[in-house]
Amino acid sequence: MTATQAPPVATEPRGDGSDAAGDGPSSVIVDDLTHVYSRGKVRALDHVSVRIKPGEIVGVVGQNGSGKTTLTKHLNGLLKPTEGRVTVAGIETTRRRVQELAAHVGYVFQNPNHQLFASSVEVDLGFGPRNLGLDPAEVAERVEAAIAFFGLESVRHLHPYRISFPMRKLVGIAAIYTMRPEIFVLDEPSTGQDHITTRKINELIRRLRSDGSTVICVSHDMQLMADVVDRVLVMWNGQLIADRTPREVFADREVMARTNLEPPQITEIALRLQARTGRPPALSVDELADAIGPTLRPVISGVS
Amino acid sequence: MPSPAPIIEFERVTFQYAASEGHALDDVSLTIGEGEYVALMGLNGAGKTTLELCINGIIPNMVMGDLAGTIGVAGLDPTETPVREMAKTVGMVFDNPEFQMSQMTVAEEVALGLENLGVPFDEMRARIAEALATVDLVGFDDRMPLALSGGQQQRLAIAAVLAMRPRILVMDEPTSNLDPIGKQEVFAIAERLNRENGMTVVMAEHEVEVMARFADRVIVLDHGRIVANGTPREVFSGIETLQRIGLRPPQATELAVALRSRYGAWRGELPVTTEEAVDALEATMIGTAR
Repeated sequence: MTATQAPPVATEPRGDGSDAAGDGPSSVIVDDLTHVYSRGKVRALDHVSVRIKPGEIVGVVGQNGSGKTTLTKHLNGLLKPTEGRVTVAGIETTRRRVQELAAHVGYVFQNPNHQLFASSVEVDLGFGPRNLGLDPAEVAERVEAAIAFFGLESVRHLHPYRISFPMRKLVGIAAIYTMRPEIFVLDEPSTGQDHITTRKINELIRRLRSDGSTVICVSHDMQLMADVVDRVLVMWNGQLIADRTPREVFADREVMARTNLEPPQITEIALRLQARTGRPPALSVDELADAIGPTLRPVISGVS
Repeated sequence: MPSPAPIIEFERVTFQYAASEGHALDDVSLTIGEGEYVALMGLNGAGKTTLELCINGIIPNMVMGDLAGTIGVAGLDPTETPVREMAKTVGMVFDNPEFQMSQMTVAEEVALGLENLGVPFDEMRARIAEALATVDLVGFDDRMPLALSGGQQQRLAIAAVLAMRPRILVMDEPTSNLDPIGKQEVFAIAERLNRENGMTVVMAEHEVEVMARFADRVIVLDHGRIVANGTPREVFSGIETLQRIGLRPPQATELAVALRSRYGAWRGELPVTTEEAVDALEATMIGTAR
């Protein structure tokens, strides 16, 4: 598992071992996608292929400029392939306008201020579905469902700017939730958040999945990858250089070093002890404690 | 080690923003010594930024509200000193470097604060060169600030305050909008300024593992009050307090706590860094007789 991958790998999409569905439906198919920004002649994406199944939670990591955003902008049709093909929820993106794709792919901005503009949380939540042309009863029902799902009862009548930033972040996701997209793209959902909010957002992401949604998290937050993500796509220089479980990616020193990523501290500790434990690196404190606890002498003397 | 001379002193400071309810700072008393690296931690809204804005006098001089108590910074009273004057002593760096960029070139960006201080032209050039060298932006003088990467912009923001030769660097979540490379660069510069130049660093930051590694002291705020104040090991060993207010200690500490409570397998001081945890565990694991 720690075997290093030969650099740039034409990554063969593989369903994370959960390929039980065989060639079941994919919610996202990116097929040999290349994108060249016309003006700069910059090859921002270089023959990227990836397949994401309904209900998967996938992380996209890499430094700024590695191609993460260019990739996700292809999912909602903001960008069209220079070469290759992108299909989301069964629709090839070149065949539809951005507005039509918005019903299928919900994009949640990093900064909720870029997304919220109505006079109250409630009105903001109804904006998307109204825009999709749904009748008022259906809009109202979806708004109620979102308020319950995200726990927004106490702020529903407030102006979005009058509520705390963490709460606003939830409203930003809720405003997309009311459009019931099959696919959520979350841009840095946890950045700058404190521990409590991060935990809440992690739980929400899992609940979106249990509702059957596909969730794609673009983030620098390795803890988020360890906590909620099934697969991590590692971007580097416009190429997809790894598409594996968080555990496998963290253990791959070559990929981590090349992309300047550091695993969560607990995984780093597990990796350094690996020669002695002989176990795959842990992703959580509980996991590592239970793996090594029984092997310890009765007492550790602590920090000297 | 003798305790350094105090450079920041708050005595019973309370602040309430105009037209808001509750105290953003509630009876805060603290002393920070010259050359210390202090991490301010706490949930969003705990009062970290408010405390920082009191250090350079933006509160109460530019932000409305009611301030009580006394504040001393390097012999000055920031409540009575013009903010421009305070800038010579306290450099402030915010979370979004883009908002701090206003000029067409990197050199002009650094020059801006110096022009406001009336620094002569020749000295200005020397200070700009020195500040850009400190943040590893040599040769960037004529580049456009907004065309730089996030990490470079934040380093430029640091250079712009360093050119004023402050004794204190106050940073408000300076890496929260940066990618991993940018984060590493900014943390490295803060550490270097502290260790090599003896600059006092006050940093509000959520990244607990990073602060455990770099900070000499951690001050934890909750609802405007100081609830913990000590070395990283002292503060992060106070698991009950942290749990009560919703902060978590470094994972290295959490691991030792879990080993202690579940396997009776940790005695003595708790680790706060990767190295401390690994060293202690390696010495004790089966098959590793030393």
